[in-house]
Amino acid sequence: MNVSNLHYTGQLKPLARPRIYWTISDALVLAKRHLLQIPRIPEELVFATIQPIMFVLLFRYVFGAAIVVKGLSYVDFLMPGIFAQTVIFGATTTGIGLANDLQKGLVDRFRSLPMAKSAVLTGRTISDMIRNTFVVIVMWSVGLLVGFRPDGPVIYWFAGAAILLLTSFAFSWISATIGLLVSTVEAAQSAGFIWLFPLTFASSAFVPTAGMPGWLRAFAEHQPVSMIVNAVRGLLTNNPDGSTILQAVAWCVGILIVFIPVAVWAYGRRTAR
Amino acid sequence: MSNKPAIWAEGLQKNYGKTRALAGIDLAVEEGSVLALLGPNGAGKTTAVRILTTLLKPDAGYAEVAGLDVVKHANELRSRIGLAGQYAAVDENLTGYENLVMFGRLYHLSSAIAKRRANDLLERFDLVDASRRVVKTYSGGMRRRLDLAGSLIMTPPVLFLDEPTTGLDPRGRLAMWDVISSLVADGTTVLLTTQYLEEADQLADQIVVIDLGKVIARGTANELKTQVGGERLELTVARGGDLDQASEALRPYSLGEIQVNTLERQLIVPVAQGAQLLASVVRDLDAAHIPVDDLALRRPTLDDVFLSLTGHATTTGDLSLDTPDTRPLARSTR
Repeated sequence: MNVSNLHYTGQLKPLARPRIYWTISDALVLAKRHLLQIPRIPEELVFATIQPIMFVLLFRYVFGAAIVVKGLSYVDFLMPGIFAQTVIFGATTTGIGLANDLQKGLVDRFRSLPMAKSAVLTGRTISDMIRNTFVVIVMWSVGLLVGFRPDGPVIYWFAGAAILLLTSFAFSWISATIGLLVSTVEAAQSAGFIWLFPLTFASSAFVPTAGMPGWLRAFAEHQPVSMIVNAVRGLLTNNPDGSTILQAVAWCVGILIVFIPVAVWAYGRRTAR
Repeated sequence: MSNKPAIWAEGLQKNYGKTRALAGIDLAVEEGSVLALLGPNGAGKTTAVRILTTLLKPDAGYAEVAGLDVVKHANELRSRIGLAGQYAAVDENLTGYENLVMFGRLYHLSSAIAKRRANDLLERFDLVDASRRVVKTYSGGMRRRLDLAGSLIMTPPVLFLDEPTTGLDPRGRLAMWDVISSLVADGTTVLLTTQYLEEADQLADQIVVIDLGKVIARGTANELKTQVGGERLELTVARGGDLDQASEALRPYSLGEIQVNTLERQLIVPVAQGAQLLASVVRDLDAAHIPVDDLALRRPTLDDVFLSLTGHATTTGDLSLDTPDTRPLARSTR
């Protein structure tokens, strides 16, 4: 091994760019890192795809027969709910990934570099959004196979997809906060999931809320997952409702306004040891 | 260059809740020299390194690295130091090449230079063949080399190595020592932490021994060894009755008092350059017809340093493996 003369002969000067450039560039470098990992851990992506496929099959063919939705085929009702559930469940990878990086010492390594501090968090949330997009495309195809026929115009499809991406991004920040507050990867895993079950199932994602008991209905009709599902469903079934869309977007923006600073605080607290 | 020390710390303190990790330590490392921070697990070594590498703010005290305040000029400092940790913080799902390019980009090098630098370092650290493999498949020694390569991207003048050889096999350890030595030969200032006296001895110009967050001794390896006692020959005879005769035979080699442990049929003889003596010791014992069960040359271990400096052994279990219970307290008279 010849390590003598490690002094590089060429220019080793950092590029001179404004701070905002590095805030974005560093986040993209880390996002690329996470995307490179995906094909290397195929079992993770397979799990992330198979789980929602199971839900599609379960609801489409087992429960679906017993669920009546006025004016819509059940599969057209179901798929927007599945999309929302997929991106929300998929967002848990943000917290798990962060907990993993903390445990392995990678966060320390990043913090010892002259990079933008925020990139550790934004890099994750961005790459998880991209990953989620991929999973939604897979789910869309699965939906088409089982009879899903979105009859809204393509522009509505994109609007629906934009709401889903925003949802993915917003829930990633909640997930990041959880991942930074718990002390192990395992805890990030269970704490990241557990609260999502009531939130996604006590919503309009899989069944119309009309059949729920009053107290549950009150919750289900006003919580963010229902708003998001209703907004996307309206767009994909060519029946968009401006006020619902606005409320869905407002929920996501609200989550971001609260959880970005909270996640940043949790990151600082976690790394100050 | 000024003759200011490359690393300077004064009264560093850090508490984690009620646990006192650092109780006020002072350090000074001359430019181009190597300081070893020696101590058992939990002594505060890692905390000190984390403060000096800007990862942690001290509760009290002041520290300067490469002329920059570690708190006030943290961000500027980060491109002038390298840190390689005991956990080999590289991404195990990326290849060696991808890891180094990523770190280069995060040091804000252009993509082209980051790539060139990555190839350059992979070559120098003998990782070219493995450069396109994911790190998961690397051996412990390869990971450490990659980790170290990552910390050298900007050719930092000051390098921090937190237990660089913990968990490596002897071959990996020797290879790592080689790398560190050649970096120092190039003028890099190094602060390394270690649990092994031998490692500090091998690499460091100055050794600072810390325990429970306090500096309990400092000096060169030789100074410390003189304090602790040098090499010892440990001889176990086959027949207890031979002890006196064996003691007589070994008298000429001894630098001080020979300790006799009747129960274990063992003699402990303080010696210098024992390896060169071994052959003639064996010949002499043979000539005196003394059958031998065991003959070993022992260097003082961290446990010996601690016993001698603090009166208590290190609290780490793994170190006691190479220090038998019959540990002698004999001191060299040098």
